[in-house]
Amino acid sequence: MKKFTKQIYPSFVYLFLYLPILIVIIFSFNDASRSLIWKGFTLKWYFELFHDSGMLTVAAHSIIIGILAASLASSIGTITAVSLFRYRFFGKNLLHGLLFVMIVTPEIVIGISLLLLYSATNVPLGFWSLLLAHTTLCIPFAAITVYSRITSLDKSIFEAARDLGASDFVIFSKIIVPLLLPAIVAAWLLSFTLSLDDVITSYFVSGPGFAILPLKVYAMVRLGIKPEINALCTLLLIGTLLLVVAAQVALKKNEKVGE
Amino acid sequence: MYTNIVELKGVSKCFGDYKALETIDLTIQNGEFITLLGPSGCGKTTILRLISGLEKPDTGHIFINGQDVTDWPPEHRHLNMVFQSYALFPHMTVFENIAFGLRCRKIAKNEIVERVEEILRIVKLTKLAQRKPDQLSGGQQQRVAIARAVVNRPLVLLLDEPLSALDYNLRKDMQVELKQLQRKLGVTFVFVTHDQEEALSMSDRVAVMNEGHIEQLGTPRDVYEEPANLYVAEFIGETNVFETKVIRSDKQTVEVKVEDKRFTFKNKRGLKTRQEVCVTVRPEDLAVWRQEEVGEVSDDMLPGKVEQVIYKGSIVELVVRLESNKRIYATEFFNEDDEKLDYQIGERVWVNWIPGWEVILPV
Repeated sequence: MKKFTKQIYPSFVYLFLYLPILIVIIFSFNDASRSLIWKGFTLKWYFELFHDSGMLTVAAHSIIIGILAASLASSIGTITAVSLFRYRFFGKNLLHGLLFVMIVTPEIVIGISLLLLYSATNVPLGFWSLLLAHTTLCIPFAAITVYSRITSLDKSIFEAARDLGASDFVIFSKIIVPLLLPAIVAAWLLSFTLSLDDVITSYFVSGPGFAILPLKVYAMVRLGIKPEINALCTLLLIGTLLLVVAAQVALKKNEKVGE
Repeated sequence: MYTNIVELKGVSKCFGDYKALETIDLTIQNGEFITLLGPSGCGKTTILRLISGLEKPDTGHIFINGQDVTDWPPEHRHLNMVFQSYALFPHMTVFENIAFGLRCRKIAKNEIVERVEEILRIVKLTKLAQRKPDQLSGGQQQRVAIARAVVNRPLVLLLDEPLSALDYNLRKDMQVELKQLQRKLGVTFVFVTHDQEEALSMSDRVAVMNEGHIEQLGTPRDVYEEPANLYVAEFIGETNVFETKVIRSDKQTVEVKVEDKRFTFKNKRGLKTRQEVCVTVRPEDLAVWRQEEVGEVSDDMLPGKVEQVIYKGSIVELVVRLESNKRIYATEFFNEDDEKLDYQIGERVWVNWIPGWEVILPV
């Protein structure tokens, strides 16, 4: 019984969590088009994926949106975090609370409300609608990532800078941004991954003229799972993992600076 | 240059409901080393932050070099502050840290290099100029913090408990260094501390603070030997307090009872008959005599029993319980008369002091 709880039970947990992902990775190398039976190792599906020009365009769309949304969200998020930390203004606590509200709000609600907003203001669904939606989605995550780091800094550093004659702009550009850089990078990476694999909100605010990867995958899967998708998922997984590791490393470095 | 470099007139400050500073007046003279001394929460740091401009007073005016700077932001006041946590910029080297203030003031590059190198020489950090703050020891970080402030040639240097993070020996060394630096630069230092020894050893003047107001402002000798009130007497150093009443007084003398014995002292503070007073005597002013040392018991000797003997190398500290059950502290020094200071616990002793060394304070 002791052995069961100590070793076997946790291995079931990990099995349950990671077995499906492992199967996707394994079958992306399977030399069979519709079978769940192992027929030998191949890189065929990866070649096919890279020769599918429609798929590559869609992937490029997703990456462009991801880069732009992440850059916008991490910039706005940083400014939000810094203002929340440094200044007193009307509605400060409300703004702080609203960030968390945005994080817990179901994406379907955000998607529908954005769709309503776009149709009310006659914004065509496409590149801009998607970019705005993804930026909105990422800002709270970016702001909170940066905010949690800025609170760990010694407040008297900013007072010292001011005492030495630095203007607000100099304090921001020469002290705050360099000290927060790792956290800003982490916020950017987090936003990029959020944007890259967002399905629900994107589903509401994208138009036929500008397709993105997650929605394309979703559409393909409805016609049956092609091994090409397994290959795509494997690549996405590796990409996301690399980004997460990079973000972790950046945050670790920031922790050291903060000490 | 005005002789009164900083003046606070009718300044007060509240944080919410908490009254951090009662209405105070304070004049700081050019070139002096003044210390604001008091327990935590007494308002000493608040005064410093008001002078620096990091806080604004609720009432009153602040003058620096003759100008009313009450509404000026910190960057225009031409003072610099050394923070308790040093607040060095962790992403900059020692050189960049020190040059930061000069760069903000847009001073020419070659002059910045010159001035930073000069100050690095003064604080003996030339070899460490390219290090980052986390590669320095506490004492070195402390020196960078001071260098970063004084390189701007401020009118006044404000220091907020700058030595409290250092260990005892380093603190002693830094006290000497700070005092030397102040003499060398001739800059006014306003120093905040809760450590009375630090205050007494470094300052030209000490302001003893309590609960948002200044209890006494004077030279270290004044506040130690002529405390203005009981609070100052008890906060600065140790003292024995005898609570009593004035039996009789005239212009020159005052008669009080201490431990059931009548004493006649000089009336320095215009005490009146029947006024409640405290007679305070410093432990080092008390003489403790063993039975065999006393030929004839004189009227001014208080009998007691040794309760504890604490040997401290150059001195011996005694705890003596008097007949009224009151405990007093006495410090005895080794000298030609008393080479041994051989007190036994439980031994009967006689305690007295040289008349005039007591301080009588109204309650």
